[in-house]
Amino acid sequence: MNKNPSGKTFNFFHALNVIGPFFGLLLVLGLFSLSSEVRPYLFTGGNFKLILIQTVIVALGALGMTMIIVSGGIDLSVGSVVAFTSVLGATLLVKGCSTATTVMLTVLAGGLIGLLNGAIIAGFSMMPFIVTLGMMGVVRGLAKWLAGNQTVNNPPGAPLNHLMARVSPTDLFPWPPGVWITVGLAVLVSVVMRQTVFGRYIYAIGSNEATARLCGIRVRLHKVLIYALAGLFFGLAGLMQVSRLTQGDPTVAIGLELDIIAAVVIGGASLSGGTGSILGSMIGALIMAVLRNGCNQMGWQNFTQEIIIGLVIILAVGLDMLRQRRTRKS
Amino acid sequence: MIRVDAITSTTPRLRMTAVQKSFGATRALRNVSFEVRPGQVHALIGENGAGKSTLMKILSGAHRPDAGAVELDGQSFVPANPLHARRSGIAMIYQELTLAPRLSVEENILLGEEPARLGWLNRARRRELARRALAELRHENIPLEAHVCTRTIAEQQIVEIARALIGEPKVLIMDEPTSSLTRVDTENLFAVIERLCRRGVSVIYISHFLEECQRIAHRYTVLRDGESVTTGDMAGADLRQIIRWMVGREISDIYPRTPHSLGEPVLELRALAGRPKPQGVSLTLRAGEILGLAGLVGAGRTETLRACFGLDRIESGSVMVRSKEATHRTPAQRLASGMGLLSENRKEEGLMLNRSLADNLTITRYAPLSRCGFIQRRRQRQAAREWMDRLQVRALDPGQTVGELSGGNQQKIALGRLLHHQASVLLLDEPTRGIDVGSKAQIYQLIGQLAAEGKAIIFVSSYLPELLGVCDNIGVMCRGVLSEIRPVGQWTEHGIISAAIGQAVDAM
Repeated sequence: MNKNPSGKTFNFFHALNVIGPFFGLLLVLGLFSLSSEVRPYLFTGGNFKLILIQTVIVALGALGMTMIIVSGGIDLSVGSVVAFTSVLGATLLVKGCSTATTVMLTVLAGGLIGLLNGAIIAGFSMMPFIVTLGMMGVVRGLAKWLAGNQTVNNPPGAPLNHLMARVSPTDLFPWPPGVWITVGLAVLVSVVMRQTVFGRYIYAIGSNEATARLCGIRVRLHKVLIYALAGLFFGLAGLMQVSRLTQGDPTVAIGLELDIIAAVVIGGASLSGGTGSILGSMIGALIMAVLRNGCNQMGWQNFTQEIIIGLVIILAVGLDMLRQRRTRKS
Repeated sequence: MIRVDAITSTTPRLRMTAVQKSFGATRALRNVSFEVRPGQVHALIGENGAGKSTLMKILSGAHRPDAGAVELDGQSFVPANPLHARRSGIAMIYQELTLAPRLSVEENILLGEEPARLGWLNRARRRELARRALAELRHENIPLEAHVCTRTIAEQQIVEIARALIGEPKVLIMDEPTSSLTRVDTENLFAVIERLCRRGVSVIYISHFLEECQRIAHRYTVLRDGESVTTGDMAGADLRQIIRWMVGREISDIYPRTPHSLGEPVLELRALAGRPKPQGVSLTLRAGEILGLAGLVGAGRTETLRACFGLDRIESGSVMVRSKEATHRTPAQRLASGMGLLSENRKEEGLMLNRSLADNLTITRYAPLSRCGFIQRRRQRQAAREWMDRLQVRALDPGQTVGELSGGNQQKIALGRLLHHQASVLLLDEPTRGIDVGSKAQIYQLIGQLAAEGKAIIFVSSYLPELLGVCDNIGVMCRGVLSEIRPVGQWTEHGIISAAIGQAVDAM
C-alpha cells in the first residue's frame, strides 16, 4: 500500500510545496487589508518599495542561509558578520578607499569568515551550531574593536549610500540598486541550486551525508565551499546595512540570524537538511517584512510584533511538519 | 522441526475471520482469516505489500479493521490503541529494533513498566525482574548494566524479547526477526522461541526465509494481495508450492544462471588490512566473475568492501585496480575508476530518502545529463525512466521521493545507481536484505546478466542458498580473515558454516 501512492495525493502535495509560502504571503497581506485604516496605505507603490527595501538584508542573508540549511548545517554568526562587515565598509570609506575596493574587500571579508566557519566544521567534524555560535561572539567582538566601540559614519555623499536610498518615496519605481541586486542574485542562486551539479550536491549532502560520501561527493570540500559562498552573501548584506544606515554600527543586526533562519524555515526548508528552495526563502523573507510593515501601520507596539512573528514561525513550521507527515504516509 | 507434544487446548488463542481494511482507494486487506493455537508458531508468509504489516498493525492496535472479526481466547478483540493491545497480551518484535540505545539493558527491559511506588523507582526489584526475564531466555550472559548500543544486534533482539516477556504476552508477533542475524544467532533465537512455546505463548512468525519458517513453525498462512490464500501444516509442506501460492505464478527457478565466462583480473586485494578488520585479506576478482563472500555478521565482509572502496582507512596491504596499484583512494576516485558499492544499509547510507528517484539514480554520473555543470532535467528524467523500466521499479514518476517506495523497489534504485554509473566492478553488500521474493529473483537475474556483460561482482550475503545459487566462487570470512576461495561446486552449506564459525573446513 506504500508502493504506489495515488497520483492525486502526490501531485497535490507537490503543488502545496511550491505554493505554500505564496499562500502564506497572500494570507498575511489579506489579514492586514481587513483593517480599513491600513488598507489604503498598505497597497501603495511607495509602501511596496519600502517593504522591498526592508527585505533586502534578510533576503541576502537567506540566500546564503538556504544553501547552508539545505546542506544540513546552520550559521548563527550572520548578525555579527553583517555588523562587522558594515563597520569594515564604513571604515574603508573613511580611510579613503574607492567604492569598488570597499565593496570587494567587504564582501570578501564575509566570505573569509564563512570559509573559516566551513573549514572548522568540515576539518574537525564539529557541530555547525557550536562553531558558528562561537564565531558569532568572536566576530561581534572584532566589529566592536574595529569600530572602537562607536559607530563609524560614512563620508557624506559616498556613492555607496545610494545602494539602498529611497528615491521618490511615494512611487513603486525606481527601485534602489540594492533591491535589483538581490533579485538578480536570488534568480542566480535559485538556478544554481536547482539546475547545477553543485546545487544537487548541496541537497545530497543535506539529505544523507553518508550517501553523498558513498556517491563520491567530496563532502568536506563542498561544506567549506557552501559556508564560504554563503559568507560572501552575508558580507554583501553588511554592505547593504552600511548603505541603509549610512554608517557602520558594531551593535547592529543583533538577532538578525534568527530572522534569516525564520525566513528560510517559513519558506519550506527543513532544519534537518535536504529540503528547501530559494524561492521559498525569498517569500519567507517577504512575509517577515510584510508582518513588520503591517504591524507598524496598525500602530501596534514592538512587543505585539514580536509575539505575532513568533507565532507565525511556529505556525509555518507546524504546517510544514503536517505536510511532511502526510507525504510520508501516502 | 519443533513439535509441542501436548497442544491440548482446542479454542484458538487468536482467530481472525474475514478481516478487511482499506486506506482510501487502496484495499490493504481484502479477506484475511487464520487462527493460532496456544503454544504454536504460526508463520505468516507473503511478498512485501501482501498485507502482513497492516495485519500486524491491526493486532497491535495501530489500525482498526473495517470488517471481519478478531478474537482473542474466544472473546472479541479490537484493541483501541497499542497500549491496550499490549495490556491484552499482544507483544510485537519489530524488524527495526525499538530500544533506547543509551539506556542500559536493564532499563530497556523494564522501560514503561518500571516497578515503582509513588514515582520512586525500586531499583532492586527492577534488576530482579530484568534478570529473571533474561534467565528465562537462557541469556543471563548479557550484562544488565551495559548500554544497549554496545551489545550486538542479536543480543539487542534478546533484550527486546525480554522486554516483551515482562508483559506476560499471550501472543508474540515477530517481524523478520532473523534478517540481521547470523546462523548461530538464528539457532539461538529458535531455541528461545521453542521455550516460549512450551510456556504456552503463541508466536506469529513473519519471515521471507521460507526454510526458517519450515524449521520453526507448526502451521503457516500465505498472504497474497491482502488475502489469505492458503493455510496448512508446515510439516511436509512443499516450499515450491508455497512460493507458487505467494507469488501467484510459478517461479521456475529462483536462481537463474546466465552463462558467463571469466576474463582478466580487474581487482586484486593483497593482504588488505584495516583496523580492526579485515586482517590481511587477499583475493583476485576477474571480469565476469561473481565472487561470494560468506560469513557471520561482523566477520569483516562489509569492512573489506568499505576499505576497498576507500570509505574506511587502510592500515596495510594494497588494492590493485586493473593491475595498477591504487591503495589510498577516496570513494570519488574509486567511482572514477569504475568501482561501485551497494551499501548494506539502504536507509542510513544507501539512499537519500527524501530526494527524487531521478537524483538517487543519477547522482554519481551527471556528466551525460548535463552541459557546463547545468543538469538538463528532461534528459535526467528520461535516463531515470529507462533504468526504472529496466529494473521493473514499481513507481509512478522519476520525481517521486525514494522514501515512498517499498524496500524491494528502493533496493532496485540503489542498484540502478551503480548501473547508471556504468561501474565495471560492483561491490554488493547484502543486496537482497529485507526485500520480497519477487524482487530477490529479479536481482539474482540482474546480477547474472551483469556478469555476462563482463562486469566483476563481489556478492556479500548472510543467506547461504543465494550465495550457492548465484556465485561462481565463494570465500568465507571469519574474524577478519578470508578463507581459501573455491568454486561454488566445492562448497556445501555445512562447509561454509564450519568455515564461518572458525572450524576446520572439511575438504569435499
